[in-house]
Amino acid sequence: MIVAEQKPLEDIIRMVRPYKKVLLLGCGTCTTVCNAGGETEVAFLHDALRMAEARAGDGRREYSEATLKRQCDPEFLEHLTERVEGVDAVVSLACGTGVQALAERFADLPVFPGVNTSFIGMAVEWGVWDERCAACGDCRLEDTGGICPITRCTKGILNGPCAGPKKGHCEVSPDMECAWILIYRRLERLGQLERMRRYYPPRNFRPISRPRRIVGKAGLEARGSHGDVTA
Amino acid sequence: MARYREACESGKFVVSGEIGPPKGTDVREMVHHIDLLKDLVDGLNVTDNQSAVLRLGSMAVSHEIVTRGGDAIYQVTCRDRNRLAIQNDLLSAHFLGIRNVLALTGDHVSVGDHKDAKEVYDFESVQLIQAVKKMNEGFDWAGNELQGSTDFYIGAVVTPESDPIEPQKLKFEKKVEAGAQFFQTQAVYDMDNFQRFMEYARGVTEGQDVKMMAGLVVLTSVGMAKYMNKFVPGVFVPDDLLEEMASVPKEEALHKGMEICARHIRFCMDNNVCDGVHIMAIGKEEIVPDILRMAGLI
Repeated sequence: MIVAEQKPLEDIIRMVRPYKKVLLLGCGTCTTVCNAGGETEVAFLHDALRMAEARAGDGRREYSEATLKRQCDPEFLEHLTERVEGVDAVVSLACGTGVQALAERFADLPVFPGVNTSFIGMAVEWGVWDERCAACGDCRLEDTGGICPITRCTKGILNGPCAGPKKGHCEVSPDMECAWILIYRRLERLGQLERMRRYYPPRNFRPISRPRRIVGKAGLEARGSHGDVTA
Repeated sequence: MARYREACESGKFVVSGEIGPPKGTDVREMVHHIDLLKDLVDGLNVTDNQSAVLRLGSMAVSHEIVTRGGDAIYQVTCRDRNRLAIQNDLLSAHFLGIRNVLALTGDHVSVGDHKDAKEVYDFESVQLIQAVKKMNEGFDWAGNELQGSTDFYIGAVVTPESDPIEPQKLKFEKKVEAGAQFFQTQAVYDMDNFQRFMEYARGVTEGQDVKMMAGLVVLTSVGMAKYMNKFVPGVFVPDDLLEEMASVPKEEALHKGMEICARHIRFCMDNNVCDGVHIMAIGKEEIVPDILRMAGLI
């Protein structure tokens, strides 16, 4: 999933300062799961903004709350049409895609990001998420024992460890395991070390010249007007 | 011009030193070090933004060494340049008379002094070795024919004290296969372990003309040795050397470190452990001639 973290409160206060009616909009998918932008975080943010404004003697603003199932999907944005009537600005707690989807759908409405979108990752323990996928468009996990060197090696090396690891940890941080030592151990366990002996050419960056688009082969007709850009 | 390569190919025991370009434009000390060492060693490495700290460029300094009559080993890292820029630099270096390249992945920007910079790593060391080899064969990375090929002697690094060593060995084998013609090791202090590593390395390079140089970093104090054990990846100073460094008063520690370095040079030479040494004095290049004298090399 996409992992995000809430922006500092002072940044959000600065963004909403010129506006009177502000909608705080959560997202029910990724940012809900990573505790950055779901219904609960919308409510917390609402309280935090009110408290900060009360302390600053600035109580002119009127906030409303809503959370959509997904902000990155035009179908769900339609539910907002009435909610944004009379609203001066929206703070979106979705990932960057959600913020942009809103901006595209509501051309006259200022939309601000309430979170910093961080990475594609997973929870490794309660409240801790680690990056696992760089969305590079050229997956090589079959050769690396299911451990991604592009994401987890800080240099994205494809041919084995650099001279940096110290006791199995990365030169960048002693908290970070060397991806290539993990890969080595896993391939050894799987009896597939020959994969590590292979030479891997540099990444092909053509699939990721930005922005990327995927046109799905199935369901084009069934999905009607949204069918031209589907996955 | 190709003095380093000729020395390597002649079968003699090769000695190289290292020049760290300054952070700024005042090159007086660096030029003094170049002049001091250029005729005493077979080649001088020039570091490329060493430890990800911004410095004067390795190509310019390598060129200066060649101009002054020495031979340069031009270090190239993959951290700061993409494949277009690296190949462009290689052609430029060749134009400037530089003939030895040491291919490195390069320390991450986050350990240096521009921590917010974007790291590149479009190539990494194995791929860079291949790229240089391709240019030597007359082609760029994309397969286009070059109007005149390069003639680089291709070097790489290996870390005999890596822990664990097995993944590092696989990487070493890939570098040999990719076309590395000489290797400089990360600093080694445990000569028994180095000898064992060299037996393995000789097995890998058997039948190929690959030269192996022991990397020797001069110990300057017992504190420095302990610091390296704790913080520098792939470096291990054994207890007997720590004790030896601690056995002398502080002001004699550097001299002790020089003695140890000279002893290790002799050990490698007399026992035919490797093909040469690469001496890194890290800012104390003044002492290198004395070390060479102590080792009986000059």
